[in-house]
Amino acid sequence: MIGHLVQLSYLVATALFVFALHWMNTPTTARRAVIAGVAGMALAVLATWIQPEVVHHLWIVIAVVLGFAVGVPLSRVPLTAVPQRTALSHAFGGLAAGLVGTAKFYLWHGEGSAHLTAFRTVAIIAEVLLGFLTFTGSLMAAGKLQEVKWIPQRPVTYPGQNITNIALLLLAVGLGIAIVTQPGAAWAPAAFAGIITLALLFGVLLIIPIGGADMPTVIAILNSYAGLAAVAMGFVLDNKLLITAGALDGSSGLILAIIMCKAMNRSFTNVLFGAFGQVQQAKGGGEDKVYKPETIEGGAQVLEQATNVVIIPGYGMAVAQAQHKVRELYDQLKKRGIAVKFAIHPVAGRMPGHMNVLLAEADIPYTDLVEMDEINPDMPQVDVALVVGANDVVNPAARSDKSSPIYGMPIIDADRARTVFAIKRSKNPGFAGIDNELYFSDRTWMLFGDAKNVIGELVKQLSGGSGMH
Amino acid sequence: MLLAPTAAAAAESSDLWSQLFVFLLATFIGLGVIRRVSRLLHTPLMSLTNAISAIAVVGAILVAGPDYPPGIRLLGAIAVFASMTNIVSGFLITQRMLKMFKTETRAGEVTKP
Repeated sequence: MIGHLVQLSYLVATALFVFALHWMNTPTTARRAVIAGVAGMALAVLATWIQPEVVHHLWIVIAVVLGFAVGVPLSRVPLTAVPQRTALSHAFGGLAAGLVGTAKFYLWHGEGSAHLTAFRTVAIIAEVLLGFLTFTGSLMAAGKLQEVKWIPQRPVTYPGQNITNIALLLLAVGLGIAIVTQPGAAWAPAAFAGIITLALLFGVLLIIPIGGADMPTVIAILNSYAGLAAVAMGFVLDNKLLITAGALDGSSGLILAIIMCKAMNRSFTNVLFGAFGQVQQAKGGGEDKVYKPETIEGGAQVLEQATNVVIIPGYGMAVAQAQHKVRELYDQLKKRGIAVKFAIHPVAGRMPGHMNVLLAEADIPYTDLVEMDEINPDMPQVDVALVVGANDVVNPAARSDKSSPIYGMPIIDADRARTVFAIKRSKNPGFAGIDNELYFSDRTWMLFGDAKNVIGELVKQLSGGSGMH
Repeated sequence: MLLAPTAAAAAESSDLWSQLFVFLLATFIGLGVIRRVSRLLHTPLMSLTNAISAIAVVGAILVAGPDYPPGIRLLGAIAVFASMTNIVSGFLITQRMLKMFKTETRAGEVTKP
């Protein structure tokens, strides 16, 4: 009886999860998504907990309480820290899957190997591999995003890197195959521990060659791995709720990763195995290119005379925490009847949708956030394109320069606007280490300084001009 | 083990196949549903799926709760903690981010609660 009740609850929870994702279609229905998700999760946890085989409660209660104690503060991080929070939660997801797999293996091995059928053993090994590599890989990603001191920010590469990684993975798979053939063997627990170690190591090695610009894709891939680890756990425990929920997560990560890859015109393997960044040292030395700096006053004047302005935000806006100042500028321009839109590149920032969330936080209506493909045809009619901390996503070399590492990547055509203002902290190239021709175009004027300060000054000029001060 | 009845083996393999079917179909549903998610919401989508994939808590409870050796249950309890952290922070931050997506409500003016 209780078995049926549990299965029924799982079935309802599955339906609720599907609805939750469905309601993420539009911002208007999205809040229902959270309610459906919470309801499904609560149902699933209760249905599991009331099963008669669960007899020890104390540790579970403690773990749940601790989960709340850590989870609540983690949900209140500033929105600029959302990428690292997301990476950290992938790490937790991977850890949970890895630990459950480990526990099940040693439990079943101890009870004699009758439980360790070939299928289950394969599933356990997949679960543990995915779980632990997601764990350390995501911790590394979170560390890079948080700019933890002892984790190098720039991609770390060495000769034979890919071969080393693949060899490690093959070694782990080899150990796995050995265990599957003889799950009851006395050496199996040691071999299993070997797989865990290799998975932990592999996760670290997979992430160290990856640079900041590739983080959106990598986070999406890790998201997918965390989901697949849950699927493997479902296979191990013969639990269809785990399989469906894990598959939903896995496919979500996969789609996001595909979108990110397309937005950079790169393939999965290229992101994971082709470290970006240290190319192109030779370039930029030959010709003497000059920036044309503009003053705040001049910039404000041009903005005032525009009829339409497109703001192109990038990671620099997040770093400078400039989104609230950007909104003040948006308000000032709107007050003058100037049409203002935001052009959002899919990989702007450090995770999918990063810019949208930051601008929404600053109370900018989401109806004014426009995708790259929608805005590009209108760019030639735009009076002013204001680039705030974006770099590679507006680099025209992606269209024209075949030797550029970003050649072929779709970009926002900022260079086609009548006037371009680019706010830039320093004269150094961006994360990918590539010169940006946009800055040297005859239509472009540079506003040097911290994005928050520069925009703050522009706002001051504009509000001063309207006689408020 | 050599004497394992074929009926049991057949049951196990039918379980295996039904599990693979569930996985396949759920993946297709996931791909279909996620593809239509607004690009505006990709960050909240990620935190929502984080929370949902913390369904691993179910497996963790089934390892931490039964009458298993303490070492095994400890691993389960840590997994419960890790998943619970994801559930709590995932849903809360999704909610927090979604609240920020507004149409024409201009801040600076009085915002209604």
